[in-house]
Amino acid sequence: MKTRDLSELAVRNLREAVLRNSLTTLGVAVGVASLVAMLSLGVGLQALASQRLTRSGLFDAVFVTSQRNFRGPGRPPSAESKPKQNSRILDEDVRQQLSKLSNVTEVYPQIRFVTDVRYAGKTESTAVLGLPDSSRSSGAFDGITGAFFSSPSAEEAILQIDFAKVLAEQPASLVGKELILRYAERAALSKNADDEDLLDSMMGSGKPGGISIVPREKKLRVVGVIESDPSAGIGGFGGARVYLPLKTAEQLHVAQPDDLQAFLSGNSAKPAYMALTVRVRSPKDVLQVETAIKELGFATFSLLDATKGLRLVFTVFDLFLGLFGSLALTVASLGIINTLVMAILERRREIGILKALGATNLDVGSLFFAEAGVMGLFGGLFGVALGWLIGRALSWGTTIYLHSQNLPGVKITYVPWWLAFGAIVFATAVSLGAGLYPAARAARLNPVEALRYE
Amino acid sequence: MTTATIFLEAESVSREYRLGETIIRAVDAVSLTVEKGEFIALLGSSGSGKSTLLSMMAGLDRPTAGAIRVRERNLAELGANDLARYRRETVGMVFQSFNLLPRMTLEENVELPLRLAEVDRHDRTLRVGEALERVGLGARRRHRPSELSGGEQQRGALARALVNRPAILFADEPTGNLDSVTGEQILLLLGEIQASLGMTIIMVTHERPLAEKFANRIALLSDGRLVSDGVQR
Repeated sequence: MKTRDLSELAVRNLREAVLRNSLTTLGVAVGVASLVAMLSLGVGLQALASQRLTRSGLFDAVFVTSQRNFRGPGRPPSAESKPKQNSRILDEDVRQQLSKLSNVTEVYPQIRFVTDVRYAGKTESTAVLGLPDSSRSSGAFDGITGAFFSSPSAEEAILQIDFAKVLAEQPASLVGKELILRYAERAALSKNADDEDLLDSMMGSGKPGGISIVPREKKLRVVGVIESDPSAGIGGFGGARVYLPLKTAEQLHVAQPDDLQAFLSGNSAKPAYMALTVRVRSPKDVLQVETAIKELGFATFSLLDATKGLRLVFTVFDLFLGLFGSLALTVASLGIINTLVMAILERRREIGILKALGATNLDVGSLFFAEAGVMGLFGGLFGVALGWLIGRALSWGTTIYLHSQNLPGVKITYVPWWLAFGAIVFATAVSLGAGLYPAARAARLNPVEALRYE
Repeated sequence: MTTATIFLEAESVSREYRLGETIIRAVDAVSLTVEKGEFIALLGSSGSGKSTLLSMMAGLDRPTAGAIRVRERNLAELGANDLARYRRETVGMVFQSFNLLPRMTLEENVELPLRLAEVDRHDRTLRVGEALERVGLGARRRHRPSELSGGEQQRGALARALVNRPAILFADEPTGNLDSVTGEQILLLLGEIQASLGMTIIMVTHERPLAEKFANRIALLSDGRLVSDGVQR
C-alpha cells in the first residue's frame, strides 16, 4: 500500500476511537511534557548561569599583568613565576598594542586605589575602582538603587551597600548626594636647568625627569548603591567599595604602586598600570588571545578552566533530568502498546477483511505501526507545547517568589529548537517502538480465524 | 475438459485441525477441477467442509495435504506475499455477512482493494463509480453500510469484489443473511455479471433450490468429502 493511503487509513482509524486514542496520545504528551519541562529547566539554568557569568565579564576576559608583579593570591613566588628583570611595564603603549590583537574588543586598565572619602563630616578610608562603561551590562547593577553612571566620564560614584551603611544609616538616601574623594595625584617632572644637576646626581645622567605626588580632592555625586561587588573574585582584584567611571578614574592620575618601578626604569612620563583587562569577542577566543599576550611577554590569568568544569556539571545535571523525564515517556509507551493490542482484538474482523482483499502482512503491520507513529507524533507536538507551558509556569512562579524576596525575576527554563525537535522525534520513535509488537501480532493473524471473529 | 480451459484444479486436498489431542479433518482428499467461466455451487450441510475448501481455493488458508493449482501455480507452495497478491489480483470475495467496514462509506469500501493494489487515485475513482453503477448503487456511494439494507450491502460487497476485475469470484453463502427474494436478486445479478464478464464463480451454499436455479454445476460435500459432482444444464 502507498504511504499516503496508509497514512490516511491510519488517521481515519484513530479518529474512529477518538476518546481512547486521544487519551493514549495525551499520555504520550504528558510524558514528552515532563521530559521537555525537565530538560528545559536544565538548559534554562545552564543558560542563566552562562549568561550571568558571561555578563560578569569573568569568562570573556584575560587579565594581564607585568611579569614583574604577577603572582597568584597567597602563593609564594616559584622559580617559574620569579620576576623577570627585563619584562615590560603595562603602559599606554602596551594597552594600544593589546587592543589591536585579533578578537579583542576592549582593553582597559585596572585602576584601583585606597583613599579617603569624606561625607557629612565623616572621613572613611576605602578602596576605589574604576569601571569601564561595558560594566553597565554585566548584570551586577541589575538591582541597583539609583542608576548607573550617566556617561563614561561623569563625575559620579556608585557605592557598595556595606560602605554606604558606614556613611549613612539609610544607604538609599545617599543617592544624589555629593562626597569628596581625597587622593594622591601622580605628575611627571621634566628636567629643568635648576634641578638638572641634582637629578643627574641622583638618577645618573641620561635618565628622564622624576615624578611628583600631589594631594588632591574631587567632588563626586553618588548616583547609585549596589548590594553586590561587581569586581569580586577577578584574579583577586576585588573588594572595592566605591566605583567611578573608568575615564574619570584615569583622569585623576592617581599614583599607582607601579609608578615607582616605571620611574626607576626611566618611563616616568607615561602612566603605568597594575593590570589590564582584555575583553575578547567570546569565551572561545580566550585561549588564542591569552597565548598571543603571553608571547608579548606578559603574565595572564583567565577563568577558562572554570567554564569547562561548569559545562561538565550541567551536562551531568541534564543527563539525570533527561532520564527522569524519559521514565514518564516509557510509561506512556506502555499505554500505546495497550491501546493497540486492544485495537487488534476489536479489529480482528477488519484485519481478516483486509487480508481477504489482498493486504499483505506488511500492509496490516504497517497500518498499526503508522497508527502508533501518528499517536507519537501528535503526542510529541502536544507534549512540547505542554512542556513549554510548564516551563513558562515554573519561570513565572520563580519570578513571583524572587520579587517577594526583593530580587529581580529570572527565566529559569528555556526550550531551544533542538530540544523541541528532538522531543518530537524521540516521542515518535518511542511510539513506533511500542507499536512494533502490536503491529507484528496483527500482521500474523490468520485471515480465516480473523474473519470468523464476531 | 481440456487443459487449456481448466482454471483451477484441487488435487486430493485435505485440511486438518488439531483440537488438543483430537485431529479434525474438515476437508478430506477432495479433488475438483474448475473450468474458466463456470458457475459452480459447493453444496452441503453445515460442517460439511465447503467453506474450508472455498477458503483454501481463495488463498485464505492452506491445505495440510494435496495441491490447489490456479493457472498451473500451486497455492500451497506460494509464500505469504504471493498468496496475498493472488487474492488481490485474481480473486474477488463475497461473504455471508457482507463484511463491509462499518466506519467507511460504500465508496471507500469498494475502493479498498484498489488502494491495496496501489492503483492510481484517478483510476480508482473511475473504477469505483463503474463497479457501483454495475450493481445499481451509484446513488448510495456516500452512505455507510449501516444506512443500507441487507441486499444493498451485499450488492456493495459484490461491487468491492468486482472492482479489481478478478478472474474468479468466491461467494461464501452470499444469500445466507438475506430474505429469499433479495437472495434471488443477488444471485441474478451474479449470473448477469458472470455472463457479461465471463468470470468463474464458485459459490458455497446450503440452499439446494438456489444452487439448482443459478449454478451450472453442483459439487456436493458431506463430512469433508466430495460425494457428487455434476453438470446441471
